[in-house]
Amino acid sequence: MEGERLASQARSSGLPAGGATGESPGVDAPLLGSSGSSALLQAEVLDLDEDEDDLEVFSKDASLMDMNSFSPMMPTSPLSMINQVKFEDEPDLKDLFITVDEPESHVTTIETFITYRIITKTSRGEFDSSEFEVRRRYQDFLWLKGKLEEAHPTLIIPPLPEKFIVKGMVERFNDDFIETRRKALQKFLNRIADHPTLTFNEDFKVFLTAQAWELSSHKKQGPGLLSRMGQTVRAVALSMRGVKSRPEEFMEMNNFIEIFSQKINLIDKISQRIYKEEREYSDEMKEYGPIHVLWSASEEDLVDSLRGVARCLDQCCKATEKRMSGLSEALLPAVHEYVLYSEMVMGVMKRRDQIQAELDSKVEALTYKKADTDLLIEEIGKLEDKVECANNALKADWERWKHNMQNDIKSAFTDMAEENIHYYEQCLATWESFLASQTDLHMEETSEDKPESH
Amino acid sequence: MEQAPRDPERQLQPAPLEPLGHPDAGLQAAMTENNFWLKKIEINVSEAEKRTGRNAMNMQETYTAYLIETRSVEHTDGQSVLTDSLWRRYSEFELLRNYLLVYYPHIVVPPLPEKRAEFVWHKLSADNMDPDFVERRRIGLENFLLRVASHPILCRDKIFYLFLTQEGNWKETVNETGFQLKADSRLKALNATFRVKNPDKRFTELKHYSDELQSVISHLLRVRARVADRLYGVYKVHGNYGRVFSEWSAIEKEMGDGLQSAGHHMDVYASSIDDILEDEEHYADQLKEYLFYAEALRAVCRKHELMQYDLEMAAQDLASKKQQCEELATGTVRTFSLKGMTTKLFGQETPEQREARIKVLEEQISEGEQQLKSKNLEGREFVKNAWADIERFKEQKNRDLKEALISYAVMQISMCKKGIQVWTNAKECFSKM
Repeated sequence: MEGERLASQARSSGLPAGGATGESPGVDAPLLGSSGSSALLQAEVLDLDEDEDDLEVFSKDASLMDMNSFSPMMPTSPLSMINQVKFEDEPDLKDLFITVDEPESHVTTIETFITYRIITKTSRGEFDSSEFEVRRRYQDFLWLKGKLEEAHPTLIIPPLPEKFIVKGMVERFNDDFIETRRKALQKFLNRIADHPTLTFNEDFKVFLTAQAWELSSHKKQGPGLLSRMGQTVRAVALSMRGVKSRPEEFMEMNNFIEIFSQKINLIDKISQRIYKEEREYSDEMKEYGPIHVLWSASEEDLVDSLRGVARCLDQCCKATEKRMSGLSEALLPAVHEYVLYSEMVMGVMKRRDQIQAELDSKVEALTYKKADTDLLIEEIGKLEDKVECANNALKADWERWKHNMQNDIKSAFTDMAEENIHYYEQCLATWESFLASQTDLHMEETSEDKPESH
Repeated sequence: MEQAPRDPERQLQPAPLEPLGHPDAGLQAAMTENNFWLKKIEINVSEAEKRTGRNAMNMQETYTAYLIETRSVEHTDGQSVLTDSLWRRYSEFELLRNYLLVYYPHIVVPPLPEKRAEFVWHKLSADNMDPDFVERRRIGLENFLLRVASHPILCRDKIFYLFLTQEGNWKETVNETGFQLKADSRLKALNATFRVKNPDKRFTELKHYSDELQSVISHLLRVRARVADRLYGVYKVHGNYGRVFSEWSAIEKEMGDGLQSAGHHMDVYASSIDDILEDEEHYADQLKEYLFYAEALRAVCRKHELMQYDLEMAAQDLASKKQQCEELATGTVRTFSLKGMTTKLFGQETPEQREARIKVLEEQISEGEQQLKSKNLEGREFVKNAWADIERFKEQKNRDLKEALISYAVMQISMCKKGIQVWTNAKECFSKM
């Protein structure tokens, strides 16, 4: 019925495949099915200590567990384990390096599409080689994301760049669009690689390493890619119920993410607008300098001054271009990623609510039904585990995500400030040198306007 | 400034001392009178006031009046005494200038500030009643008066003197000079071309230069306005960060303070553009003055063109009369004339008639020769005086424009320093997040 797919893989490849949570087709997927690898999930989350090089501990514990049921013999409570773990991405421990480049256009009779080259370098044992080169198209990325969401419904999966550009773009394959997408895809893969849990996902590995035909056949195994574009009526109803019984900490999380999402969207718009205004300013500046040169042609005595001003204006124009490119390299993609991220997080919250609602509805059923109490109790037991795992996974990942967000935002805005400082410094230097050249000859006609520079 | 010549048409020689002209409030113009003593005056257009009154068609209108204060400065103790104070409106300045244009056609007459706001970047009002526009006009009018007062020839003009000292009745006095009648209407027809065979090459070049100057400054002002517009946009959009950061900081524990204070700096940045662009407007006004000066230059060239044209026409006329006379005297008809034709058809004229005609022509020729002589003299005087003023103007222009460019650089430097400061502060806040 439901194929046995490995949601994630431990280092030791000897682990039997565990059922992932949420296998069946339909968006309900996360709710149905066995508790599967929730235990495995939990274990993964627990065992990733940043100083822990030896992940044999992980495999050992995992092997103790029955993949299909929750073992009561966990050494410590999940909560306390989580508190011990910190999910900071340590660059020193990075052992998986991914680049995305070389977009290429492919034309078939049916369609035109772009593939990107993906190069993976790794020192991990479970990879057959230390370097891989494959070609993937956007569809493949979508597939990967879907698989990750299926396997880890309450982990914050990194966002993919948008499928289409909302406005202004006639041609799908405009150069800027492709470049922006390429950068975002690279970010996407690296974020997965840096995620303590997702980095060991089997589909991820296949994505990075399989040849085209291998990937297609791999994709065909198991359920097809689920459309996550909408929610079924049941899911909506469930999520609403889940909202009502949401624990306090998740209420806070939800409030945060709603406001954050609003604000980050505004910041995204503002930043795009700044870019646009700077572009228009730069366009006008391009004309400003040359006029002074033109003027100097009819003014014998003012040639130096006019050409000097023209030079300054041209330099400032170049400095503006540089500032703009800094913006589009650092701030814009970072902010936009968090716009998409905030949507992802909201989706994760919903899924958690749905899982909770599933439990609640069974509990409610128990209070009314008299028959099949034993079965219900067993189901409830499983669902309780599922909820607990989902909650813990989310909580841990939330902390990690928030921490990353703070760093990323801080770094993006600090960069922007730096770009602006540099811009003004460049302009200052050019104008000061012009002024110096003029006032050498200009004598002491000091007006009060003269700057007390130096 | 006192003993201005009674006859405003008399042009005096330029004063030996070159006075300083400075478009700055309260600066002094030095003038010599008979080389006996130095008397300085200060001219200020110190206030602007909205007024309502009745215009020529007896309709209510609102206009702005400007207060002109004149002070005389005793050389010895440097104290200034307010000697005159009166109100004038823009149209009276225009009247003064038009008068000067007619009576001093060989002078590059200083221009007035613009009648309507042009080359405006969009946030700036184009409304004549807007206080910023009125303020800039006040400064421009003061500048105009200072320019006239520091011009070696114009400063001695009686009508100018009365403009500063005689509030009521001044208009009538100006009109009594009849200058409008003296004005050559042809000067107004800017596009009419006069086929001048021997123009002074320097004037042709000057005309060409004034066209170029006008064209390039217009272009520059247009682009500057667009650049100002865009710059305004860049700065103001950053202000939005302030608001959003502030709202966001409410939900953030660690980042909150950093966000909040960074937001404040974004607000500071956004509002700094207003002062920056206000200063730049002053620079634009300096350029505009020379844009209008280009027209004044062209007016002088035009006058020369007309004089030359008249001269050539007069010479031509004289030559043809001489020829006619010669033909009559010798009896040879070399040129076609109606008289000749009719004579042929209807019979010859009597010797007495011919004598009479020759006499008339000889008188006309003699008159014509006189006129041509005086026109020639006039022309040469004009060229000499005009060229002297043009040289003076050129020096002034080079000084002023160079200074304007330097002051522009100073403005840019100030803007950059402010920018560095704000972004350094913001960066600090961001790094503390």
